[in-house]
Amino acid sequence: MSIAKALKEETIVSENSEKDGRKITITPRYCKGCEICVKLCPESVLEIKDFKIHVARIDDCTACMLCELRCPDFAIEVDGKAKKGKSS
Amino acid sequence: MSGKEVFYQGNEACAEGALYAGCRFFGGYPITPSTEVAEFLSRRLPKVGGAFIQMEDEIAAMASIIGASLVGKKSLTATSGPGMSLKLENIGFACITEVPCVIVNVMRGGPSTGLPTGPGQSDVMQAKWGTHGDHPAIALAPASVQEIFDETVRAFNISERLRTPVILLTDEIIGHMREKIVIPEEGELEIWDRPRPECPPEEYLPYDISKGIVPPMADFGSGYRYHVTGLNHDASGFPTNKPSLVQPEEERLMAKVTENLDILEKYEHFTKDGAKIGVVAYGSSARSTKAAIQQAQEEGIPVDFVRPITLWPYPVKPTIEMGEKVDYIVVPEMNLGQMIDEVQRCIEGRAKVVGVNRVDGDPITPENILEKIREVA
Amino acid sequence: MAFNYDEYMRPGKLPHIWCPGCAHGIVMKSIIRAIDRVGLEKDRTVIVSGIGCASRMPGYVDFNTLHTTHGRSLPFATGVKMADPSLNVICVAGDGDALAIGGNHFIHSCRRNIDITMIVFNNNVYGMTGGQFSPTTPHGKLASTTPYGNPDYAFDVVELSMGAGATYVSRGTVYHAVPLERQIADGITHKGLSVIDALCTCPTTYGRRNKLGSATDMIMWFKDNTVGIKAAEKLSPEEMEGKIRTGVFRKDVKPEYCEEYQKIIEMAQGA
Repeated sequence: MSIAKALKEETIVSENSEKDGRKITITPRYCKGCEICVKLCPESVLEIKDFKIHVARIDDCTACMLCELRCPDFAIEVDGKAKKGKSS
Repeated sequence: MSGKEVFYQGNEACAEGALYAGCRFFGGYPITPSTEVAEFLSRRLPKVGGAFIQMEDEIAAMASIIGASLVGKKSLTATSGPGMSLKLENIGFACITEVPCVIVNVMRGGPSTGLPTGPGQSDVMQAKWGTHGDHPAIALAPASVQEIFDETVRAFNISERLRTPVILLTDEIIGHMREKIVIPEEGELEIWDRPRPECPPEEYLPYDISKGIVPPMADFGSGYRYHVTGLNHDASGFPTNKPSLVQPEEERLMAKVTENLDILEKYEHFTKDGAKIGVVAYGSSARSTKAAIQQAQEEGIPVDFVRPITLWPYPVKPTIEMGEKVDYIVVPEMNLGQMIDEVQRCIEGRAKVVGVNRVDGDPITPENILEKIREVA
Repeated sequence: MAFNYDEYMRPGKLPHIWCPGCAHGIVMKSIIRAIDRVGLEKDRTVIVSGIGCASRMPGYVDFNTLHTTHGRSLPFATGVKMADPSLNVICVAGDGDALAIGGNHFIHSCRRNIDITMIVFNNNVYGMTGGQFSPTTPHGKLASTTPYGNPDYAFDVVELSMGAGATYVSRGTVYHAVPLERQIADGITHKGLSVIDALCTCPTTYGRRNKLGSATDMIMWFKDNTVGIKAAEKLSPEEMEGKIRTGVFRKDVKPEYCEEYQKIIEMAQGA
C-alpha cells in the first residue's frame, strides 16, 4: 500500500493463485466498512466481515481498480494488469 | 527630524504611514469617514508594485488582508464602526492563527449606522472585547495627523514583531482634518519584520515556541508548506482539542501582550505641582483636554494629565500614580463611558472618577472639560 | 495501483474524519489526481477552505493549506492570489459554506474572474452540524430544520456560476470520478474563475433522513439520474424530468483579474 507502506500500517494482501502480479491490499485501520467497494465491484470479489472489507474471491479480480477509485478512505489498493472478467 | 513636509488629512497620513512601514496590500470597502485611506492607497499601491482591492464587503476585505499576509505581504484594511463589527470574526481568526495585519477604525457616532459624518470614540471597548473568545488586544490612539502617521508605522511594527493584528483607532475629527506633517526619510524610522524560520522546511513547525513566544512565520509559497486553521491547534498547526495543549496555547497568545509591555506601552504623563485633579483622555478628546488644562492653570487650578497613546494594553502605571496623587480624575470621551471603567478598575478607589460624555456628533470642547474641572475643584 | 496518492498526503492523518460511506474522500482523491495530472508544484499550490466537512479536506493534503472562517474561503484566497498571482490557488467548500454564508463572495469572485478554482462539495445539506437544509436542498426534502419538508427551492450551482460570470463551469459526480478529475484539472488549468459543482453524498444525515438507501445507493443514484450535456440535448423534456445534467457547461476566455491589475500596476508606474 503506497500510503500504508510509507506509514508502516498493517495491511492484508491477497494475491491471486496464478501469481501474475494481480493483488489486492487492504488497510483495515482505514476501512470504515461503508461497503461501497463491495457493492460496486463488477466481479463481486469483496465482502464485509466484522465491519471491514475482506477479499473473498481474489481469482475473480480483473484489476479494473474501480474499488480503489471509489474508496473514500484509501483502504483498498489494487495492483496488476487488467484482464477480462466473467461479468464482461 | 528631516524629511518631506506635507499638508495632509489624517486618513492620508495613515495611508502614507502604511506605505512607509512597507505595506504592500490593502483590502477594503468604502465607509465614511475612512474611505480616503482606501482611495489614497488605490492610487499609490500600484505605483510601488503593491496590490489594492476593494472587496465586495467588509468581511471579505478583512479576509483578503489575512490571505495576503500569509504570502508575506504587510497588509492593511480601514473601516469605521459598522465595518468593524463585520470584521470581528476574521480579526479573531488572525489572532488565533497569529497573522500580522493592521486594521484602522476611523471611529464615528454609533451604534449601528449612527452618525456617519460625526466623530465618536465609542468603539474603544469593542477594540478590546469585540471578537469572541480570549484574544490579545492591541489598539493605538493617535491624537494628531503626525501622530496618525507615526502610530500607523508603529502599528505595523508591533503587528509584525508579535504576529498579531493591531487596531489603529482614529476618529472622524483627526481622520478628516488637515495638519502639516513631516514624512521621515527612508531608513529614519525603524521598520520591524515578522520573524521568519531559520530551520529547513522539513523541520518547520508554524507555532514552534522553542525560541520564544512568537513563533517564526514562513511565507506561503516559499517552500515551507504548513496548515493554518482557526480551530485551536498545536505547534504543528493542526487542530487539537486536548486540554493539555489548548490551555497553554491560549495563554501564550495573551502573553504576547503581557510579556511585551515594554514595546507596547506608550503614553504622555504631565504633572503639575499641587494638582488635585487629573484628566485621562485619548484621541481627539486629548486635544481639547490640553486647551482646558492650560485654561485651568490660568484660573489657578493645576491639573495633571495622562494621555494613553497605546489604548490597549491600557497604561496602568501612570493611572495608578495619578490616582494616588489626585482626588478627582476626569475622563472626557465621545461615548457614554468606556475607558472610564478601565480607569476605575486600575485605581481601585484611590480617587473619585467622573466622566465628560458627548455622543451628539460634536466634539468635546475645552469648555466642556473645564466646566467639569471647575466643578470638582 | 491506479494512482499513488502517497506523495500528496500529509503523513499520519488517516483515517480521515469523514463518516463511513461519505463520498468526500472520492472528491478529495479526484482533486489530488487532477493536481498531479496538471503537474502543479506542491510548494506553489495553496488550498483554502471555509468551515464544514468539505472544508476539512486541506488538512490532509501536503500543500500550503488555509482553513478559514465559514463561507470565506474565496476572499481569503483572493488575498493570497493577489499577493502572488503566480501561486496556484484552489478553494474547496461545501454547498452551505459556499452558497449561503459565502454567497456574496461566490458571486463576486465569479464576476471578478480571478484565477481561482472553486470546487463545491455539493451534498445538499449542512453535514457537519447534523443535517440542516442548505441552498441546494431540493424542495420537499427533509432536514433537521425542515422536519415538514423543505419549503425552499434550490440553487442550480451551474446556472448561478454562469450568471455571476464564472468562465469555466462544470458539474461532475462521485460516481463519475474520472470525468470529475478531468473537470477539476481543466478548471485548474483554466485562467479565470472555475467552478466545479462536485455532486457528492451525505449518507449519515441527508441520506438517512430522506431514506435514500445505503452510501452506495446514493452514489449509484448519480449514475441513474445524471445525463451528459450532449446526451441531454437529444432527450425530451419528459425524459429529462428529475435528471441532472453533467459535463462542462462553459469554458470562456475572458480577462482575468490579476492580469488586469498587473496592467494597472504598469500604468501607474509608467505615468
